[in-house]
Amino acid sequence: MTAHANSAAEPYTIVIGLEVHVQLQTKTKLFCGCSTTFGSPPNTQVCPTCLGLPGSLPVMNRQAFDLALRAALALDCQIARFTKWDRKNYFYPDLPKGYQISQYDLPFSHSGQLEVVDPKGAFSRRVRITRVHLEEDAGKSMHDEAAGTADTRIDLNRAGTPLCEIVSEPDLRSPQEARAWLNELKLLLVYLGVSDCNMQEGSLRVDANVNLHIPRGDGTVAKTPIVEIKNMNSFRSVERALIYEAARQFEEWQATGAELGSAPKQTRGWDDPAGVTRGQRAKEESSDYRYFPEPDLVPVTVSEEQLAAVRGEMGEPPTVLRQALADRWTITPYDADVLVNQGRDLVAYFEELATLAKDGKVASNWMQQDVLRTLNERGGTIGEFPVRPAAVADILGRIALGDFDTSRGREIFAAVLESGKTVADVVASLGIAAVDDAELESLCRELIAANPKIVADVQGGKEQAAAGLIGQAKKKNPNVNPGKVRAMCLTLIKQLG
Amino acid sequence: MSLTRQDVAKVGMLARLALTEADLERMTGELSKIVNFVSQLSELDTAAVEPLAHPLESRNVFREDVPAPSLSTEQALANAPRQDGSCFLVPAVLGESGAA
Repeated sequence: MTAHANSAAEPYTIVIGLEVHVQLQTKTKLFCGCSTTFGSPPNTQVCPTCLGLPGSLPVMNRQAFDLALRAALALDCQIARFTKWDRKNYFYPDLPKGYQISQYDLPFSHSGQLEVVDPKGAFSRRVRITRVHLEEDAGKSMHDEAAGTADTRIDLNRAGTPLCEIVSEPDLRSPQEARAWLNELKLLLVYLGVSDCNMQEGSLRVDANVNLHIPRGDGTVAKTPIVEIKNMNSFRSVERALIYEAARQFEEWQATGAELGSAPKQTRGWDDPAGVTRGQRAKEESSDYRYFPEPDLVPVTVSEEQLAAVRGEMGEPPTVLRQALADRWTITPYDADVLVNQGRDLVAYFEELATLAKDGKVASNWMQQDVLRTLNERGGTIGEFPVRPAAVADILGRIALGDFDTSRGREIFAAVLESGKTVADVVASLGIAAVDDAELESLCRELIAANPKIVADVQGGKEQAAAGLIGQAKKKNPNVNPGKVRAMCLTLIKQLG
Repeated sequence: MSLTRQDVAKVGMLARLALTEADLERMTGELSKIVNFVSQLSELDTAAVEPLAHPLESRNVFREDVPAPSLSTEQALANAPRQDGSCFLVPAVLGESGAA
């Protein structure tokens, strides 16, 4: 673990632990056969079990358990051979049973880790995972605050959706690290097909625990009370909320001197438009949830064979893929990072292009400068991107042959994107024809005759003066290859003596 | 072991029970008796007994991830004291929601 230099050199260390909930990518809920599709009309995906009606019984979704196992294995966790579920009791209208089925003392996994490495080398942090457990989601409460005293409306479509709760140790040391780590976690879970991690749809939710360690003059360290921040709707919000909260705690500590243990853990909500955290209700102590074993579910045991099967289906995680791309295509770790961070489909596109073009470096440059930039402007996914790898490889091949240069290649790329035509058709319609050598030579002779000053400069040893000839050549015939013009002109000038 | 009035008041609050002074008085006595009855178990030496997670011996009961029909919204809301045809209606609640 490398030490992270605090960018603003604050007189304290920020200590951050994260609690992440992700919805697992199953077709049905954790304990019943209702669909988990997002965005359906309210209360259309509910049944006696997820409504908590008397007499209904939960039965565990095998796929949910396997996906949860996959997540835990990817996070390097120890898998418990024996696990059970517990009831977490609290009253809230979106929790129809009056308890959430969760895991308390025997979660199915614990003691993992996930490292985040900044590709530019600003930090590298190995974050320990305390535990990963499997539980059900609650429903959704909707309150129209403008209406004042209006009712709260309850939609239970989400109630019973499988959630993985991932709890980290307080190992993160800056808001930037927290954001980067969340990106890495999301990437991992998306790559492995555990969750789509869509924050807008609530498939990934983050709470952060944060406090400060402030060194005093006498060598002791003051620790501020831990605050749990909720309500953050993006990783950017997480970063902003942590920056705000660290400054707020430092100010409060300077004013009151309050330290850890002097008050119960406080919960604060992030107000994104205002850019501040605000105090919420006092957090219930864990004993207030009156956990007890869930009598309606039998325990689960996990065998070595089962673990091997889940490992076998797992696929390459991002860290492995980054290294593999860098090795296979001799691209820099930074380039591999950019490509891998865009997701598995983009990596597949890149590898197809690199294979066809037989050049990883050039393919990587085109991915980042042309394909990705255009994709970001247009929106949509790489799978729908109209210019396929074969077309880009066709352009790259023609550049390599000297048919035209890179900037002309970019124009062709844009035209293929715009028109939907093939590269060959676009080349023909733009009137781009390879300029044959005889044509090139006569053009160069013409230019040399017309530019005695440039010729004299080149003869005097200033080869870069030939650039002036290239510019004129492109004006006379846009299809000429600048490299060839340069080479031809220099040869002809030398022949002049 | 005996429970205090405060213990009972707290348990009552967590269970969202509106207990009167008389209720508290009576329940403090009754609950203490129940707790004392159960605590006879702690006289036994259970050091060598494995904790019981579930009274049934069966393990690993799963269902496949296959959708089954849901109720119609009308059926789902049929027993609700108040509803608007698509949602359950409850007195205004403010604050966080979602799984804790």
